[in-house]
Amino acid sequence: MGEAIVRARYQTTPRLGRLLRVVPVILLLAACSGSGPQTALEPEGPIARDIDGVWDLVLMLATFVFVLVMGLLVWAMWRYRERPGDETEPKQLHGSSVIEVGGVVFSVVLLAFISVPTVRGLLDIRAVPEGDDVLHIQVTGHQWWWEFEYVDETAADGRTLITANELHIPEDVPVYLTMTSADVIHSFWVPVLNGKRDVVPGRVTNLTLIADNPTPPDEPIPGQCAEFCGLAHADMRIKVHVHDAAGYAAWVDEQLLPSEQPAPETALDAGWQTFNTLCTACHQVTLEDVEGEVTTHGPERYITSDDIEFRSSFGPNLTHLFSRDTFGSGTFTLDADHLAEWIDNPESLKPMWADRNDLANGRVLGMPDLGLSSAQIEEVVDLLETWR
Amino acid sequence: MTAQVQTIRSPGDRGVWAWITTVDHKRIGLLYAVSAAAFFFIGGLEALLVRTQLLGPNLEVLSAEAYNQLFTMHGLTMVFLVVMPIAAAFTNYFLPILIGARDVAFPRLNAFSYWLFIFSGLLIYSSFFLGGAPDGAWVGYAPLSTQLTEVVRMDFWTIGLSTLGISSIAASANFIATAFTMRAPGMTMLRMPVFAWMSLVVAFLLIFSLPSVAIGLFQLFLDRNFGALFYAADAGGDPLLWQHLFWIFGHPEVYVLVLPAMGIVSEVLPTFARKPLFGYPFVVFSGAAIGFIGFGVWSHHMFTSGMGPIAEAGFGVATMIIAVPTGVKIFNWIGTIWGGKIKFNTPMLFSLAFVAMFVIGGLSGVTHAVVPSDTQQHDTYYVVAHFHYVLFGGAVFGYVSGVYYWFPKWTGRKLNETLGKIHFWLALIGFNLTFGPMHVLGLNGMPRRTYRYPEGLGWANWNAVATIGAYTILVAFLVFAWNIVRTHYLNKGERVGNDPWDGRTLEWTIPSPPPVHNFDETPIVHSLDDFWHQKYAENEEGRAVRMPAVTGAADDQGDIGRADHGTPEGIHMPSPSYYPALASLGIAITGGGLVYLPWGFAAIGVGVVVMLWGLFGWSLEPVTKEH
Ligand code: HEM
Ligand SMILES: [Cu+2]
Ligand SMILES: [Cu+2]
Repeated sequence: MGEAIVRARYQTTPRLGRLLRVVPVILLLAACSGSGPQTALEPEGPIARDIDGVWDLVLMLATFVFVLVMGLLVWAMWRYRERPGDETEPKQLHGSSVIEVGGVVFSVVLLAFISVPTVRGLLDIRAVPEGDDVLHIQVTGHQWWWEFEYVDETAADGRTLITANELHIPEDVPVYLTMTSADVIHSFWVPVLNGKRDVVPGRVTNLTLIADNPTPPDEPIPGQCAEFCGLAHADMRIKVHVHDAAGYAAWVDEQLLPSEQPAPETALDAGWQTFNTLCTACHQVTLEDVEGEVTTHGPERYITSDDIEFRSSFGPNLTHLFSRDTFGSGTFTLDADHLAEWIDNPESLKPMWADRNDLANGRVLGMPDLGLSSAQIEEVVDLLETWR
Repeated sequence: MTAQVQTIRSPGDRGVWAWITTVDHKRIGLLYAVSAAAFFFIGGLEALLVRTQLLGPNLEVLSAEAYNQLFTMHGLTMVFLVVMPIAAAFTNYFLPILIGARDVAFPRLNAFSYWLFIFSGLLIYSSFFLGGAPDGAWVGYAPLSTQLTEVVRMDFWTIGLSTLGISSIAASANFIATAFTMRAPGMTMLRMPVFAWMSLVVAFLLIFSLPSVAIGLFQLFLDRNFGALFYAADAGGDPLLWQHLFWIFGHPEVYVLVLPAMGIVSEVLPTFARKPLFGYPFVVFSGAAIGFIGFGVWSHHMFTSGMGPIAEAGFGVATMIIAVPTGVKIFNWIGTIWGGKIKFNTPMLFSLAFVAMFVIGGLSGVTHAVVPSDTQQHDTYYVVAHFHYVLFGGAVFGYVSGVYYWFPKWTGRKLNETLGKIHFWLALIGFNLTFGPMHVLGLNGMPRRTYRYPEGLGWANWNAVATIGAYTILVAFLVFAWNIVRTHYLNKGERVGNDPWDGRTLEWTIPSPPPVHNFDETPIVHSLDDFWHQKYAENEEGRAVRMPAVTGAADDQGDIGRADHGTPEGIHMPSPSYYPALASLGIAITGGGLVYLPWGFAAIGVGVVVMLWGLFGWSLEPVTKEH
């Protein structure tokens, strides 16, 4: 629709105008053919849809003003161009208060018109969801990964569900994120579900996600950190898996179980010995040993923002690593080969500043190269593959 | 009567030394212009490297580390070392002439501003050779910018911006004093050309906004070097404080970048439409209004930071209000060409493109004020598109228009029109190819400041288009550079007299290039666009008619309406001085020392001595040396 108007407008325009039409066409393409899975233009939930509705209205008005103003401009350029042989000088018009006042009134009316949905939409997206079905998840942003703690989902022994980078949520349920940062400012953004919200150290911010439909297991909804947070900001991604209620419950049950600690002297035990000396300096795992004893290995760290305790681990929890499809904050496909490459030299995959880590003072800027032999790497990868 | 006016200015005005010691506002203007052009080239190369890396998904042209330095330096360079100085160049050169003055109010302070600017630029750029350039984005958000204290990159940024700020404050004070006290007789405030007005508004914006960021930078510096905890959340500091302090400066700053360009456009459109500016008082007051309201909208850069819905609604609506005076300007520009007789010379083409591109940037700006939409757009390529439409398609096109317009006044030669038109069309096409697609990319989820993006998100095609556009812009500006070299250095340009465009304002009454003292006799001003009214009257129909009495005045210094205010025998201009350059060198050395604390204390010692030497020499030297 808008496109036809734009075409007609420019059919008669001179040099400059003919080129200028590139711009509205691009804008219209953006409006009509949102593309890609991380787009704000094809929402998959009611909140993002509200935002998109406001955007559509504003885009329409903007297109109207654009066509009007460009039309006037281009028409004036064409109509009042200097013509060869014309010796007369133009009338020396100095201005017109009527037009000035008209211009002001015109702009004020248009802006007043869009300020209403602005404020209404704002209150909508900032509303705190209420009801028993609201799912609460605590989010901690880290350079350069995301830590999720499902404070509503607890095991019999009181452990909460902890995972990283891949968020699993039920369809149609308001998911209320309570967020803070362990280091610098990040921003949590999954465009098809909602706008972004900064994740600020020392402060708590919130964001509500509601998803319409379950996602196919191999096509989670993508998102990523939207506030520049240093070296690997580009590689700080988020994947959201949406399940139906039963699927979500099944996922929670699995995640709350411990994984298995290899029995002494078994093939996997060598990998475990390496893991338990080097990797548990940063990563937590909850394992059940042969005696049936459940132990959480690795450091347990919290930070407090606005009186809320947030997990602040040095590295992602690996208990159910192979239940995830990706690693490196949603950046790399998770398989044995990639993982071996990562353990061998993490910075060959993802830029980090691990040499500037200072665990004693709680500073982690990436996973260090641990100097393992290729045999050791293979043993560790074999072990990790059993943690699903 | 204008026989031989002798200017007393010692020593000779040739050679490098003459440029170092100059206190002539025109020379200082040219120094600003040439420096800004050099930085434009460097900042452009940085952008091209960035664009090359983004040509396709997961390319490895640049490492993340290099990429982050390059986009930070690109933004910092374009804002502080290109657009601000090019505006300063025009203001320096033309503010005094447009108001009929012989120089700025404080010529040596003017030299000081320039030298401090260039030394600060060099200080910041030296970081590339000293272990790496600033890499925390030009906005330097805490606590990212205070995080790695063992790496001095961000110290170059805090110190460099601080010394640049001193330079801007000095320049602004100077321009305000000039506009208020140096106007020729009859040049009332409401007869000042719009460009002079906008320079004045910008000077006020800087004076009032820079202190805020100066405090913030000082706190960052203390956090980084002395373990202060202003921005350390775990010790009770507040990272958002920095964002407020930065944007209270940063938002007025965007008007600092664009208002002078709007001033230029308001001079160019009337000249080439052969009509007065439509609604002069409205254009002036809307400029001033933009300046005022510009101080009340800073938090629209923080709609996602968690301020709370009341503040967000307030700043959203305030931001919409600022669109009103901006709209007024657009309508007045269209009104100016409406009914005119438009000559499409290169300066006019760039000014018209300014208006068109600014409309697009202004509209996308209004969409940012719509807070719900902004939570999607913020920190994406949509924003990158927006601010390039206002800063590149807007401001830079305006300044380029100014270069084509005033080049004959600077050098006595016109830039070549054919090359100018090639430059124009390549720039316009390249610009829209580069930044148009970024709207789409941003809406489709591509965040800014990302050194790579994966396949499968649908971003590859538009990114490729944007990169092709960026190279087109490069070609366009190479044509521009060639045009300047050819016209000025190879002497191929058409020679012109005083008034090549049949202009309206005082600069066209004096020779091209102007003599050191600008005006042999101080002009007496009777109206807005005084020179035009010396040349043209209006007939009963309101059309302009050339006044027979002064036919030929276009190439001659029309001598109606002049009073003998100069001293015919000799006009005393302030003497050259190297002390301003010395004082600013001292400040820059001190800055270098501050970057390298604690062992930089030695350099600080040297720097302070040099600075004091410069300042004392400056204050004790006689104003005009006898010879
Ligand atoms: C050849 C011309 C130009 C190209 C191709 C270009 C390209 C870019 C790109 C791709 C970015 C985003 C980098 C990122 O977020 O990852 C950027 C940022 C920026 N550009 Fe430009 N640009 C050009 C000219 C200009 C000009 C003339 C100005 C100012 C008048 C300017 C001001 C900025 C600013 C302020 C930023 C933000 C930097 C930051 O995020 O810290 N650019 N530019
Ligand atoms: Cu980030
Ligand atoms: Cu702003």
